[in-house]
Amino acid sequence: MDIFLQQIINGLVQGSIYALVALGYTMVYGIMGLINFAHGEVVMIGTLVTISVVGLLVKLGVPLALAGVAGLLAAVAVCMALGWSLERIAYRPLRNAPRLTPLITAIGMSIILQNLAMMIWGRNYLTFPKLLPQVDFEFAGANFTAVQVIIVLVSALTMGGLLLLVYRTKLGMAMRATSQNLQVASLMGVNINRVIAAAFVIGSALGALAGVMVGTYYEIAHYQMGFMLGLKAFTAAVLGGIGNLAGAMLGGILLGLIEALGAGYIGDLTGGFLGSHYQDIFAFVVLIVVLMFKPSGLFGEKTGDRA
Amino acid sequence: MKKALSAPNLIIFGVLMFAFVVLQLGLFPGNYPMKLTILYLLALCALFGLGMSFRQHLAGKLLIAAVLVVLPFVSATAGQAWVRILDFAILYAFLALGLNIVVGLAGLLDLGYVAFYAVGAYTWALLASPHFGLHLPFWVILPTGALVACCFGVLLGSPTLKLRGDYLAIVTLGFGEIVRIFMNNLNAPINITNGPQGITLIDPVAIGGFKFSGATQIFGYTLSGPQKYYFLLLVLAILVVIINQRLQNSRIGRAWQAIREDEVAAKAVGINTRNLKLLAFAMGASFGGMAGGVFAAMQGFVSPESFSLNESIMILAMVVLGGMGHIPGVILGAVLLSILPEVLRYGVGPLQTQLFGKMLVDPESLRLLVFGLALVLVMRFKPAGLWPSPERQRELVEGRTEVKP
Amino acid sequence: MSEILLQATAVAKHFGGIKALRDVSLAIGRGEIYGLIGPNGAGKTTFFNCLTGLYVPDGGGFTFAGAPLLADAPHRAAARGIARTFQNIRLFANMTALENVMVGRHVRTRAGVFGAILQNAATRAEEAAIRQKAIDLLHYVRIEDRADDLAKNLSYGDQRRLEIARALASEPQLLCLDEPAAGMNATETEGLRDLIDGIRRDGTTILLIEHDVKLVMGLCDRVAVLDYGALVIEDVPAVVQKDQRVIEAYLGA
Repeated sequence: MDIFLQQIINGLVQGSIYALVALGYTMVYGIMGLINFAHGEVVMIGTLVTISVVGLLVKLGVPLALAGVAGLLAAVAVCMALGWSLERIAYRPLRNAPRLTPLITAIGMSIILQNLAMMIWGRNYLTFPKLLPQVDFEFAGANFTAVQVIIVLVSALTMGGLLLLVYRTKLGMAMRATSQNLQVASLMGVNINRVIAAAFVIGSALGALAGVMVGTYYEIAHYQMGFMLGLKAFTAAVLGGIGNLAGAMLGGILLGLIEALGAGYIGDLTGGFLGSHYQDIFAFVVLIVVLMFKPSGLFGEKTGDRA
Repeated sequence: MKKALSAPNLIIFGVLMFAFVVLQLGLFPGNYPMKLTILYLLALCALFGLGMSFRQHLAGKLLIAAVLVVLPFVSATAGQAWVRILDFAILYAFLALGLNIVVGLAGLLDLGYVAFYAVGAYTWALLASPHFGLHLPFWVILPTGALVACCFGVLLGSPTLKLRGDYLAIVTLGFGEIVRIFMNNLNAPINITNGPQGITLIDPVAIGGFKFSGATQIFGYTLSGPQKYYFLLLVLAILVVIINQRLQNSRIGRAWQAIREDEVAAKAVGINTRNLKLLAFAMGASFGGMAGGVFAAMQGFVSPESFSLNESIMILAMVVLGGMGHIPGVILGAVLLSILPEVLRYGVGPLQTQLFGKMLVDPESLRLLVFGLALVLVMRFKPAGLWPSPERQRELVEGRTEVKP
Repeated sequence: MSEILLQATAVAKHFGGIKALRDVSLAIGRGEIYGLIGPNGAGKTTFFNCLTGLYVPDGGGFTFAGAPLLADAPHRAAARGIARTFQNIRLFANMTALENVMVGRHVRTRAGVFGAILQNAATRAEEAAIRQKAIDLLHYVRIEDRADDLAKNLSYGDQRRLEIARALASEPQLLCLDEPAAGMNATETEGLRDLIDGIRRDGTTILLIEHDVKLVMGLCDRVAVLDYGALVIEDVPAVVQKDQRVIEAYLGA
């Protein structure tokens, strides 16, 4: 029982992070049908910027808590700028290009960002500063930390805020209209460029937040960390039904839970044949199985053949 | 004669060779034999471009053939390493053409193509190495590898091919990762793949008594291992080109293109879209498997590291960057993207030392940076690829807005 | 009416709570031009989609040429001899006009992968026959001079004609045309009328969905009217035109 609960907690934490990153993928995809492969790198840059800013401020004698907040804000600002520039420079000129063209551009941008990060921050693993005090809780035999609680809470609040933004503001309405039909929305006077830019900027801000969370949680960062994280988050977005905000959130949480439980139990389930190093397989196996039965993801709209 | 093709052709090769020369001069300042090699290569490329521009005529074909035969010998004067780079360029062309059937003709976005390459490579490795003590002959393993890869293709394809484009992309991507993770971990409890260490001492390709590794004397000339593989790969690649071309202009190829263009309409004219998509998947997988087998034999060593997602992405990039669905374009994409990183590898570091007197940036990351930049720039200015089919070229001139379904 | 080619029996289809088709039964005789009309949203295209296998009906079914039509896969409907065009033209945009028609031959030809790779005599002969038939069909619909143009570069009227040629390539017994005259000017419509009439004279039964009432009444042997997914009347044009319910359906009572 305690292992079960422990893994649920771990899964929730990991899942919240996936969900935040998945939102960045799903927003962009929902509006312009593009898999923004470079989104994982945006998250990575968020983490690394925080490390640099916090390190610098602490060296200057700023208290850690204040430096942490500044680091987070800096990461969000840098990532928003990065997301905006990505769209403006790389993707906007390709709006009318064949379908795979922006995908290759996204891959190219991902390679560029990764290697720029390597030039700036080096090849080595970096230690993420301890922004939060180590506080442990115990509940029904399972241990968890303040960091975990805060990650889950902040994610939940942020996602709530995003839903409010999308369903209660004019910008949100424009975004929803655009994701229904770009041409029509544009005819109705929606400023498409602004909406798409907003999707990138908001997605990147969420990514930066997720990046800081990953750093705080694992206390380590690396220029290649964005790749697997992005891949998993994208998987989560597809699992939930890509283009669907609630789907991305639930898909992320679900993926986190599945991975954690899978890693905890796979040895027992297969009689020791498969060990926990198969953890990364779960994401994909679950994805394939779900899509076999629900071809548009768990919460995606059914897009049938229209004649 | 398609006049329009000759100009971009020559320009592309010219630019490539210019880059080649600049970087090489950076690498070998004052090395005169090396410069001579480059001069020869430059001339060969120009001749090749010339041959391509009237490839419908016999003279053009002969010119192309002559260039292809001479190429490994000229490259060898700069070192066997460059012949190996050529070998890989052809191997990638082979792979890219296989993927072109799936992506270019049938329009199925496959991001896990490397899985089939891996399956082919491991099939060869297991059937012709001391790992299991098996040493089956070439003509048994190559078809077996293709068949096993084909089965994997069907296995993956049958449940997933009803998915829409981007969903299929992520599923194939996931499948690629699954295969890689299994290769990494299937060393316990039963040692099948030998885990991350990979399988070593794999038999080279041998037809009859003729081994493709090591040097052989033919007509008084020493033919090196990489040179022999070059010709083997060239023959295989030409076969794949012919198969691609024949499929494209056949009843099956037209049905694939119809599915790519409009699946509902394709169904309505009586095409069994599910079976035909599966067929495209299986064909692509078989080619991937075959390429994997040759790769394993050529390297003598396989490990999961060679089959990462990056590799899948790279092959897809070759197809798209070159010109999806257009055979010469795909080959061009494969050759450029496989040679460019190597040229950069040899060129970037020394060029820096020469220009600035010291190493400013880590050459490895600068190399990848330039590579990423090249992808972005080509897509920005040639959205249909460097050498798209004439029809697609027209399409872009007219400008078309894609409407999301 | 001569022999019945297509019999629809109580075909029903609903999307969520919306009943798009309510137990529609009708019979089309061999050699007829049969019109299917009704206001927008009456269920005409849904009926087409059920007939050609794109939708699976929720109730009822079809009998075609004496045997039941299994509503599971569109490609089987085509093999059985039902060909169709689409309301919003669906051509293979980046293939040439000739290739579009050649694709239409798919169900009547056999060559597979190995034939294509080996290019044996049978495959080459079949390929030549496909090409010849396609050229003939382009002549038949009078767009032979556009054979090598990409389908998307054809004029609207020519695209309609190309779609009909592609459908005819499968040698259908029943040709279903979904609003072929939509968006056409008077001259083009006149040409289309001649074409449809010619196709019927050459032995193909035609099911025609159309908004242009004049065209339908002038061309069709019998007409069925759908309203809110239900069959209102099925009779010769003269009777249908005078029917009070039809007039109400169109004027929106």
